[in-house]
Amino acid sequence: MFSGFDFDVIWRSLPYLFWDGMSFTLMLTALSALGGLVLGTLLALMRLSNMRVLGAIATGYVNLMRSLPLVLVIFWFYFLVPYLGQMITGSERPLVVGAFSSALITFTLFEAAYFSEIMRAGIQSIPKGQVSAGYALGLTYRQVTGYIVLPQALRNMLPVILTQTIVLFQDTSLVYVLSITDFLGAASKVAQRDGRLIEMYLFAALVYFLISFAASRLVRALQAKTAIIR
Amino acid sequence: MPMIDIQAVSKWYGPQFQVLKDCTTAVEKGEVVVVCGPSGSGKSTLIKCVNALEPFQSGAIHVDGINLQDPSTNLPKLRARIGMVFQHFELFPHLKITENLCLAQEKVLGRSRDEAMTKAMALLERVGLKDHSHKFPGQLSGGQQQRVAIARALAMDPIAMLFDEPTSALDPEMITEVLDVMVELAREGMTMMVVTHEMGFARKVAHRVIFMDKGEIIEDRPKEEFFGTPRSERAQVFLSKILAH
Repeated sequence: MFSGFDFDVIWRSLPYLFWDGMSFTLMLTALSALGGLVLGTLLALMRLSNMRVLGAIATGYVNLMRSLPLVLVIFWFYFLVPYLGQMITGSERPLVVGAFSSALITFTLFEAAYFSEIMRAGIQSIPKGQVSAGYALGLTYRQVTGYIVLPQALRNMLPVILTQTIVLFQDTSLVYVLSITDFLGAASKVAQRDGRLIEMYLFAALVYFLISFAASRLVRALQAKTAIIR
Repeated sequence: MPMIDIQAVSKWYGPQFQVLKDCTTAVEKGEVVVVCGPSGSGKSTLIKCVNALEPFQSGAIHVDGINLQDPSTNLPKLRARIGMVFQHFELFPHLKITENLCLAQEKVLGRSRDEAMTKAMALLERVGLKDHSHKFPGQLSGGQQQRVAIARALAMDPIAMLFDEPTSALDPEMITEVLDVMVELAREGMTMMVVTHEMGFARKVAHRVIFMDKGEIIEDRPKEEFFGTPRSERAQVFLSKILAH
């Protein structure tokens, strides 16, 4: 059945696929998950704050990002950021933004909308009495948020956050549209060069599956460990 | 000047529903005042107003001479001087017992870790829980958690203590251990305002009893008078119901 195929092409291109491609993918996933979580937490706090204006800004942002296809956002940022940079810095030419930076900014901003919804649920899951107890001890809003609310919200939401990160890991393959050499980009370049499309795309699918599957099993194992005793 | 001075406090939820109606009372230094009344009478709301956990629309509350509603009042600073114990303990479940006791000492009072730890261990010993210091709140029984919560409040060296139904979420066999700690505290001369149905506690250590119903303070009298002959019919009915058994 596989007589017409040449799986040796995978073996030959392994260093390129992983050293260039996968390291880019993992780096992009990790950094934009981290950035998205920080920004998303800020957005969630804005939405839950008493200040209407802040809440409206955050709500608008989240709704906008969640209503746009990711590919479009990637395109827009790739083309817009250089011009925005030009406007801000006032230079004569569009700013040169590397492919990695552009992708990182895009994914951070995009994922922040999703992480903010997760963190909002997490924060709301903390009983009000916890906040009252913090205030009663003389802690300020910042201290109550930083020492009492967010640590518990993060712990409660960790499985969901990690699951969202696994989705993000798969979504990063969309940078392929910018001809960036992420894992899928690398696989696709080899596939085109050697005319081995089926082999390479099969292999890429297998790798994405294995990593995502293993990661979600890990999340399940972790879930039991991090649960707070109540 | 009383330690806690409550003057004509009224509070509404929305435009219609009034939870507190013109409440006026005071707690002197070293005095133990028990607040009782049927559920929904506003007693918990009133005690939460005292450290500004609940806002109110009219009237004034002064604690140690400081006006709560004065915009220049540093609320966190004032709250740090008033201990509060909650119905559902509200220990921080992600922190160990010692960390629960040290957090505010370090972050609010600026004590060093060593100082805070020494204080924490002394207080845990006092409430009989020194051996549990390394545990998390979820590993303790309700009564133990409430004793830790009292220790946590005391760690701030408060000038007064507020108790919001401290025993009503506890199993009957655990109520005594918490009340014992509270009785000891009262006998040491701590200023206390206690919302509770534990009339035994009130008889033992209270100086005054406040009876509330439908957001109003109906009776505010010395303990002996209150238990001897409650003047209002509502207080009589209430007492006969809780003391029936």
